[in-house]
Amino acid sequence: MMAAFILAFSLLTLLMFFVSYCRSLTAASMHESLTEEVLDVTGIREKAYGRDYARVVQLLRLCPDRNDDRSGLQVVGAYYSFLNFLDQTMSKLSPAVHTWAEEERASCAHFAAVALGRRIALNREMMAQQAEL
Amino acid sequence: MPDGVALAIWILGIVADVCLIVTSLVRGSFLKYFFLNLYVILSLSADLMRQYVLRAWGLDSRQYHYVYYYTDCLLTIALFVAVISLASRVFAELKLDRVVRVVAVLLLLGTAGFSYAVVAQSTQRLSTSFTSELSQNLYFVGLVLTYLLWGAVLKLHETRTRLVQMVLSLGLYFSAYAGSYALVNLASKYEVVLYLGPLLGCFLPISWSLTMLRHSEDSRLTPARLVAVQR
Repeated sequence: MMAAFILAFSLLTLLMFFVSYCRSLTAASMHESLTEEVLDVTGIREKAYGRDYARVVQLLRLCPDRNDDRSGLQVVGAYYSFLNFLDQTMSKLSPAVHTWAEEERASCAHFAAVALGRRIALNREMMAQQAEL
Repeated sequence: MPDGVALAIWILGIVADVCLIVTSLVRGSFLKYFFLNLYVILSLSADLMRQYVLRAWGLDSRQYHYVYYYTDCLLTIALFVAVISLASRVFAELKLDRVVRVVAVLLLLGTAGFSYAVVAQSTQRLSTSFTSELSQNLYFVGLVLTYLLWGAVLKLHETRTRLVQMVLSLGLYFSAYAGSYALVNLASKYEVVLYLGPLLGCFLPISWSLTMLRHSEDSRLTPARLVAVQR
């Protein structure tokens, strides 16, 4: 009984910390605005929406990998899947969940778009270096 | 646990520990996060020492028993100190870091006194019983302190990305560890749950390393974004 209580409590706190951890990742990218280049490539107008995420991730896969953002993208990807699951299962019970999940998915899309901007910049740098050689 | 899996997890733990030490040295944050690094260095030493004793004397030997419990106690104290070091950084701007340290010492002494009182009542007054009791109690105190620290981070609108993510990593670690502990009690017949504890041991150094790699000391975030449901 006690073990079941500890398990339920720890799962709840784990979920709370996971959400906060993912939000701290996306919050760090919120200061950065999207470059014209990223807006052009992704078709995002002014701000990113949740539905843009899948397209941005597809574009990210076409760019050369950067070690420093790979793990962050994986965590945010897991968070995005969790938000989809939450939206599909809970939004019928409470419409507020849908609104909240949509806002969060938009921040995931923004995070991915910022990463895409960095990868495009890296790609340009590499091309410039190759041209010099 | 099968030897191969246990060895793979052990190697992963060693690599994760070395990664954090190297990352903090390269990023010039070794002294800034000294107690976090100290915990990881002790964890690395404990892992190596346990492996040596395990290979020399075996799993059921008294030597391994002693080494396991004493290093476990030392690691729990180091983790407690690491939590306190993060707390004193969070409260430093309110000039309460000194108060935090005094409270920490009192908590440590109080927990040690309570653990001694529990062990003193049993018929076998072994020092290993005391270290095991102290580890468990101090672990619980650390867990509660981490939750309180996270509350303080939100209340004080902490903006330092590294600090926030390090506290969150601790929260994730403590929550997952408590969950795995409960799972072992509930479903010990499933061998897979036995891997969870050692695997989670690798999480903290990996997560702290990634935080140091991803963000500089000057990196800031919007505190309002940390609250899951905004008022």
